[in-house]
Amino acid sequence: MSVLVDISHRLGGFAIDARFESAGRLTALFGASGSGKTTLIDMIAGLIRPDRGRIEVDGRVLVDTDAGIFVPKHKRRIGMVFQDARLFPHLSVAGNLRYGRWFTPPAERYADIDAVVDLLGIGPLMNRRPAKLSGGEKQRVAIGRALLASPRLLLMDEPLASLDEARKAEILPYVERLRDETKIPIVYVSHSVAEVARLASDVVMLAQGNVVASGPTEAVMQRLDLLPAEERGEGGAVLDTRVLHHDETFGMTVLGSAAGELRVPQLAMKAGTPVRIRIRARDVMIATEKPTGLSALNILPGTITAMSPGEGPAVEVGIDCNGATVLARITEQSRQALKLHLGGKVFAVIKTVSFDRANTGAGLPAEADG
Amino acid sequence: MNWLLDLTPDEWNAVRLSIKVATVAMLASLPPGILIALLLARGQFWGKTVLNGLVHLPLILPPVVTGYLLLLTFGRRGPAGAFLAEHFGIVFSFRWTGAALACGVMGFPLMVRAIRLSIEAVDRKMEAAAGTLGANPLWVFATITLPLILPGLIAGAILAFAKAMGEFGATITFVSNIPNETQTLPSAIYTFTQVPGGDEGALRLTLISIVISMAALVASEVLARRVGRRLDIE
Repeated sequence: MSVLVDISHRLGGFAIDARFESAGRLTALFGASGSGKTTLIDMIAGLIRPDRGRIEVDGRVLVDTDAGIFVPKHKRRIGMVFQDARLFPHLSVAGNLRYGRWFTPPAERYADIDAVVDLLGIGPLMNRRPAKLSGGEKQRVAIGRALLASPRLLLMDEPLASLDEARKAEILPYVERLRDETKIPIVYVSHSVAEVARLASDVVMLAQGNVVASGPTEAVMQRLDLLPAEERGEGGAVLDTRVLHHDETFGMTVLGSAAGELRVPQLAMKAGTPVRIRIRARDVMIATEKPTGLSALNILPGTITAMSPGEGPAVEVGIDCNGATVLARITEQSRQALKLHLGGKVFAVIKTVSFDRANTGAGLPAEADG
Repeated sequence: MNWLLDLTPDEWNAVRLSIKVATVAMLASLPPGILIALLLARGQFWGKTVLNGLVHLPLILPPVVTGYLLLLTFGRRGPAGAFLAEHFGIVFSFRWTGAALACGVMGFPLMVRAIRLSIEAVDRKMEAAAGTLGANPLWVFATITLPLILPGLIAGAILAFAKAMGEFGATITFVSNIPNETQTLPSAIYTFTQVPGGDEGALRLTLISIVISMAALVASEVLARRVGRRLDIE
């Protein structure tokens, strides 16, 4: 499964010129608002016709302006979940869910209505009207509606952006299940570091209509300098870990990662379960000697591999901890006081309580790689 | 009450004919009404202003002028009238069908206006969403657009019906005032007022006119409310 996009397009004064290719299970199109991510996803869906370029999904050419090819949206079999849900107001939830199925050729219907309803927990809503649903419920029904058209690819355009934090927390696990339990590849548009770090296997980072970085999430999310200004504080290392055991006495879970053991607030997950964590750079302290008499429980030894100026007095330091990179944001004053230099041996110190629900999520199962 | 319902056969015929003419005029102008409303609401083409003007012309022209133009075009010797009579056996002049045509034309701008407004109110994002679910443009129209504009459609149809019930000038000019064939309620009332002792008949038909128009209005309100409740626009 792969998506290839190579287009240039002009919208009023805004020019977009982007090329990326992804074979990931959940590819995030990530960037500040106005970076062109929604335009790109609309082009993949067939809602916008690019001035020039080529779009392929799984080897099938959907757009090739040179050859004069433009497959209309209803023939693409690409599901779309919109930010504003767009449920049909004159149909019940059940009617909305069945809508796309009706237009799918019987031989290509792989989605099972009971399985989808169960996956999204929307069984009790079936007879309701969209107007009577909460924001989170609407979004779950919209996901179900797109899935039941048995799409080859699922596009999600900031599906959580119009929801409050509680509703976001309600939907995120469903998106994780979608990613892990169905075979449909997903392209997910977002401007939130938290969402991308938690959900994405691959990231395409956009700025002013151009692709500035793309690749596996752990690698791309290290580029703190590329993050939109308002999201920079949320930036940090993304690590794929696994539950080792729980510490019932203190209500903690111990995670195993390449960098070493990490103690985080207790997670309701069985030992062996993959967990994706984000360690915000601003939550990481650096020590030049192994600290003693310190409350922080996570102390990871490593080597400084990168240092770059951050915003204001900040310096962003990359620490290689046994193959996994942890990012720390410290002040220039501290850097000089500690005489930090590339190749220097240091310890990254992370408080257990800096891990909250927003930056721990279900990890991608191992077979997701590749 | 007996006095009201004790109609002469000619008066009954006028009532029946009016309802028949108005119903046919309303139903026959619905498909072209939807089409023209779609063109005006969504189309981008040269001459859109001209089309808009043509559609609205019956609203601003004196009805007699519209009736006379119909006579020139759809009369026996008119170009369209001769063609239709020769090839399809459809004759308008001095027939109830001609009355229906005149009423349809006079109500057309009202119908198109109501439908056009409701089409313009449709969220086109809904249609785009239906497209991504595999519906081609025709299906999108049938399953999304049409149900969403239903209240406007009903309003437009009832307006056209009410206009047809009251149409007088164009009808009498085009198809005259022939009892049992083209004498609709307004023509019959007019005839009563022109003869001595016709006051009672004129009053009876006037009251019947009011009852039918009110019934149509109430029916449209009830229908529109039921549809509106079902839609529950978010």
